[in-house]
Amino acid sequence: MKSDQQLFDSYLKERKKEKKIVLIWQFFILIMFFALWEIASRLYWIDPLLFSSPSRIFTSLIGRFANGSMFSHLSVTLFETILGFIIGTLGGILLATLLWSFTRFSKIMDPYIVVLNAMPKVALGPIIIVALGPGYLSIIAMGFLVSVIITTINIFSAYNEVDPNYSKVLKSFGATRWQCFKEAVFPATMPTMISTLKVNVGLSWVGVIVGEYLVSKQGLGYLIIYGFQVFDFTLVMSSLVLIAILAAIMYKVVEGIERWLIKHAH
Amino acid sequence: MSFLTLDHVSHHYFSKDGYTKALHDISFSLKEGEFVSLLGPSGCGKSTILSIIAGIMKQTQGKVLLENKDIQESALAIGYMLQQDYLFPWKNIIDNVLLGPKIHNKPTVELKETAIQLLQEVGLKGVQDQYPTSLSGGMRQRVALVRTLIYDPKILLLDEPFSALDYQTKLKLEDLVGKLLKNYHKTAILVTHDIGEAIAMSDRILVMNANPGSIAKVFEVPIEIRQNPPLDARKHPKYQPLFDKIWEELDSREGDKK
Ligand SMILES: Nc1ncnc2c1ncn2[C@@H]1O[C@H](COP(=O)(O)OP(=O)(O)OP(=O)(O)O)[C@@H](O)[C@H]1O
Ligand SMILES: [Mg+2]
Repeated sequence: MKSDQQLFDSYLKERKKEKKIVLIWQFFILIMFFALWEIASRLYWIDPLLFSSPSRIFTSLIGRFANGSMFSHLSVTLFETILGFIIGTLGGILLATLLWSFTRFSKIMDPYIVVLNAMPKVALGPIIIVALGPGYLSIIAMGFLVSVIITTINIFSAYNEVDPNYSKVLKSFGATRWQCFKEAVFPATMPTMISTLKVNVGLSWVGVIVGEYLVSKQGLGYLIIYGFQVFDFTLVMSSLVLIAILAAIMYKVVEGIERWLIKHAH
Repeated sequence: MSFLTLDHVSHHYFSKDGYTKALHDISFSLKEGEFVSLLGPSGCGKSTILSIIAGIMKQTQGKVLLENKDIQESALAIGYMLQQDYLFPWKNIIDNVLLGPKIHNKPTVELKETAIQLLQEVGLKGVQDQYPTSLSGGMRQRVALVRTLIYDPKILLLDEPFSALDYQTKLKLEDLVGKLLKNYHKTAILVTHDIGEAIAMSDRILVMNANPGSIAKVFEVPIEIRQNPPLDARKHPKYQPLFDKIWEELDSREGDKK
């Protein structure tokens, strides 16, 4: 017979073990990916001029970071993405709240929002550049546009799906519509907001990279286009690797925010 | 003078596919401090009546007056305990309980002590910092009851408040609630499926008809039973005959349906 504590301990051990196995596999896949890439490139299974190789990317990155050119591109892109992400997400939440506050307004706006959502936002790029100038303002606007409408739609429908009985409880205490929002509707949509945050990380990257393709002045998106034009695919791949790393870090940060929110939102 | 009056109240639920007539021509009134129970088959509109009195829905016909004022305009505190507990999962127990005072911007700090004490009285000790998901159905129901009581309403609307409780706890809580209501001279409407509970707790029992909901019959609970707390009321000699009469009434309605 095991004691309760022993059972709990073995449960914990089991969990730890599972976690370890998953982690080992994740590392294995990562290493295998780069190793295979390197080998394939060296043995000419793939054309190294087109697909480069991890070792070339590594040396190229070291060089570009050493002379400082990479860092300025990277920071510009990161700045634009974070700003586009924040404005897009907050703007979406705000718009959704506005729609929720005025029921009739939301009904009137419905078809327009549907059209806006179906529209490929990056197609608006040229117009935005004409309107806001070929600078970081346009690029941030792209990052914002790509995420704002879908955020609005998701959060607005989440608002409407909140069990009306929570509001009923509050109304029985004589709560106003605003109090119902603050105490029930908003906190109940917290999970949706958090998942929206994660989706928006990816979306703002799309907007910003496409924006940089179009504006073509600086940033990682610009480096990709530039590398493509001068046939320097190591540069293209380096930028892609950097984008992947940055996006992953941003995603992790958002996850951290999520954990913090879950703990402190109560 | 009557405290709460329902005057020819009807209610329809509308949807684009049609309508359901949930209530038909309901009229009754309560004096201040009176305790009335609603008994009736499932779907006869008991919860609908409470929601209307709570001011959450507006009846489609008729008038509901509280102290001679339209219920929607009355600022009097009404405590409504819904059929399901609807505790807010993102708030801990004490914040759930203090929701009413918070909505009214009353200082909740002083009430906290009262709340913890009241939780203890309903048999929930040391749960104040837990979250609703870690409580059982019966425990949650008691928290919802405390949430309604702490708000100190003038009139209490209780929709099957004891349905998820074991028999022992239920009897104890009936006693506690009965005592609280008597002491503070509160008016209350209780919805229940338990004939015994209705007799033991109330002054009057309204038996309802379904489709559409209407009042079929009113039973006065004899004064001798009322004077006893709910547990003893069940042992009173006049309890069983009344129980049988109500049973028959409800049973005959069941029969009508077939
Ligand atoms: N939101 C709603 N929309 C449409 N119809 C409804 C709605 N709520 C209740 N009804 C209908 O109104 C009638 C009365 O419902 P109500 O909830 O008041 O019954 P009840 O007496 O409380 O039943 P129970 O004892 O099962 O709780 C039912 O026929 C039900 O189908
Ligand atoms: Mg009901």
